[in-house]
Amino acid sequence: MTAGTTRQRVLMAMSGGVDSSVAAAELVEGGDEVVGVTLKLWGGASDSGCCSVSDVDDARRVADALGIEHLVFALGDDFERAVVGPYVEAHAQGRTPNPCVECNRHIKFDKLARRARALGFDAVATGHHARIVATPDGPRLGRGADDAKDQSYVLHMLSGEDLARTRFPIGHLTKREVRRRAEALGMRTADKPDSQDVCFITRADGRRAFLERRIELTPGRVVTPDGDVVGNVPALELVTPGQRKGLGLPGGGPRRYATDVDLAAGTVTVGFEADLEIDALGLSRPTWAGGSPPEPGSPVEVQTAAHGAVRRASWEAGDRVRFDRPQRRVAAGQSVVIYSVPTEAVPQVVLGGGIAEPV
Amino acid sequence: MSAVPSPTADAHPKPAAIETPDAPLHYLDHAATTPLRPEAAAAMAEVTQGDLWANPSGGHLMARRSRRAADDARDELAGLFGAQPSEIVFTSGGTEADNLAVYGSVGPGGPREGRSVVCSSIEHPAIRTPVRRIGGFEVGVDATGRVDLAALEETLTAASDRGEPVGLVSVILVNNEVGTIAALDEVAAVVRRHAPGALLHTDAVQAHQWIDVGVAAASADLISVGAHKFGGPKGIGLLVVRDGIELAARAVGGGQERDRRAGTLNVAGVLGMAAAARATAEHRSADVARIRALRDRLADGLSAAIPGLIETGVTPGSPDRANPDRNNKVAGNCHVCLPGVETEALLYLLERSGIMATAASSCASGAQQPSYVVEALGHPREVALGALRLTLGVTTTDADVDAVLEAVPAAVERLALFS
Repeated sequence: MTAGTTRQRVLMAMSGGVDSSVAAAELVEGGDEVVGVTLKLWGGASDSGCCSVSDVDDARRVADALGIEHLVFALGDDFERAVVGPYVEAHAQGRTPNPCVECNRHIKFDKLARRARALGFDAVATGHHARIVATPDGPRLGRGADDAKDQSYVLHMLSGEDLARTRFPIGHLTKREVRRRAEALGMRTADKPDSQDVCFITRADGRRAFLERRIELTPGRVVTPDGDVVGNVPALELVTPGQRKGLGLPGGGPRRYATDVDLAAGTVTVGFEADLEIDALGLSRPTWAGGSPPEPGSPVEVQTAAHGAVRRASWEAGDRVRFDRPQRRVAAGQSVVIYSVPTEAVPQVVLGGGIAEPV
Repeated sequence: MSAVPSPTADAHPKPAAIETPDAPLHYLDHAATTPLRPEAAAAMAEVTQGDLWANPSGGHLMARRSRRAADDARDELAGLFGAQPSEIVFTSGGTEADNLAVYGSVGPGGPREGRSVVCSSIEHPAIRTPVRRIGGFEVGVDATGRVDLAALEETLTAASDRGEPVGLVSVILVNNEVGTIAALDEVAAVVRRHAPGALLHTDAVQAHQWIDVGVAAASADLISVGAHKFGGPKGIGLLVVRDGIELAARAVGGGQERDRRAGTLNVAGVLGMAAAARATAEHRSADVARIRALRDRLADGLSAAIPGLIETGVTPGSPDRANPDRNNKVAGNCHVCLPGVETEALLYLLERSGIMATAASSCASGAQQPSYVVEALGHPREVALGALRLTLGVTTTDADVDAVLEAVPAAVERLALFS
């Protein structure tokens, strides 16, 4: 990492939100040559994403205030191909995808990063809450300073090589500190609400309406492990293992959860909390920060949701983790991120990750 | 990263650093807008700094002076655009003129409401959007951007057969992206024959700087003009409405412009437009000849330097693309497609070399969109995505062309390294 020591040409991805606004300011203050860019990924009417004209305007005006140039790249075709299409396809297969992970993998840190290199930039920066940690093996992805906002999970696919050309200028700040800096700088984005949810799905419309326009949703029966029908769901594609609500089950009695979705049979199987427990989890399409997986038997920590709990586990041959204690089932298609066990000397870093597959 | 490996340092030796554009800027975007002509600035100063600021609609001495200045300008513009002074309706620009032509005739409350509307597939959005909003039809064009007359005839006849006769046909006189000059007389002949009740409108916003609109659009009933494309100020334009044609105002109020466009007249703009139009017409034949030579050198040079380049809106001259026929397009337009090149990236590299150019039309956020005009010419989306529009004007010099001929091939080569 040469951050702060050598002046770099940095392409700063600016969504028009407060995090990337402050990140741009941090880079400018640090003396880098910064050009802002806003990605236009989605032409739809989404109210929660970062592609509306007013978000682009916010990014542009923040860039103006910082005295840096601002570009707009329309990567909608790439976004449709690499993120939205696969998101829909995964649902059609009864899986629960994480489109933010795929956007980082294919758009921000592949498409944009390659374009940045072609345009002569040394690095791409984003306003993610994550840190780049220097290790003897090269740069590794560490957690953001704000535990509640840490985004290392959705960035887990970044290799050491990627990280050498990446900057996360606000990773060392908490969200409160980010907002305070934005206020101190008089930024128009200082009190803009955090973006949440999937950027291409509107809050008003919802996931179901979005998917309905692209695929046919399958009504299904809710059954017990013995085959008794206890309820109905309008769309099997929208049921995630572990889900408790929306299964049409009568109240009272011990809580029941979706434990399995079988699109071919048209059923959601429900069970009790104990039925959700798993000891091990497989990973498909794994990526590793250093190019290779940990030694089998290595202790690791595992996170299976963007802000989910961190579980102790050990890495096993055959691309799977075995949890020290049983944990709740992870829906197929979610990302499983493998972290190092932190020590006094080295903070926790991402070792790699992949897509959850039941074993 | 797993999906697509990033180019490694070994595979792609780091190219030389890119220079910051402290070099002179080369403006190759005259179809977007032009610098204000000094004649226009001087004429406007009579209003903004002189004593012509009174409202020309008033009755007193000062108002009458303003009115006389505006009417002198109106007479002059009428002469330049082949119209009578009574046929000139001043608007806020080309877009408003286009909108007024469509909505004011076949739009809600218009005298021809309920009749069909037909336009070409390469209209500017100021026509395309209103036509779409009222459920109109689009007629395709050939590879150079000229309206398919057989398809036009078919569309007009079909509408008539359905009992929904066409009330308005709109064909852009000079296309804003690829520079095609419409064969408007041929279009008019088809319209008069197969839709005798229809009005013919032409969007001439990109035309006056290159051709005599009074001649080229003589067969049109409605003609849109915007001042800033020929060295006039932004915010002023006009719609020629032939005497006897009824049009419903969209902006209503004080009844200005003979009840066709209400609002206090922009006298400074009108005077600036007239001065720019006059200067443009006076110098046109010399300017066009000079610019055509620059454009030909530019287009020929790019074609020779970049393998796979497709020059749009021309008839290929021979199998090896030499000597294409550019007679269907205006002298200042050089429009090429660079298949496999991402225009957004290319434009940034050109900007770093001081070259101001564009791809297609820009959306509200500033992002480049694939051009529907290029697609209408029959090029696939991948080709349209590599569109580069270089438009020359009266201020363009040999140095501008030299800079582009140096920068574009170098930028394309650089991008190819990273694709």
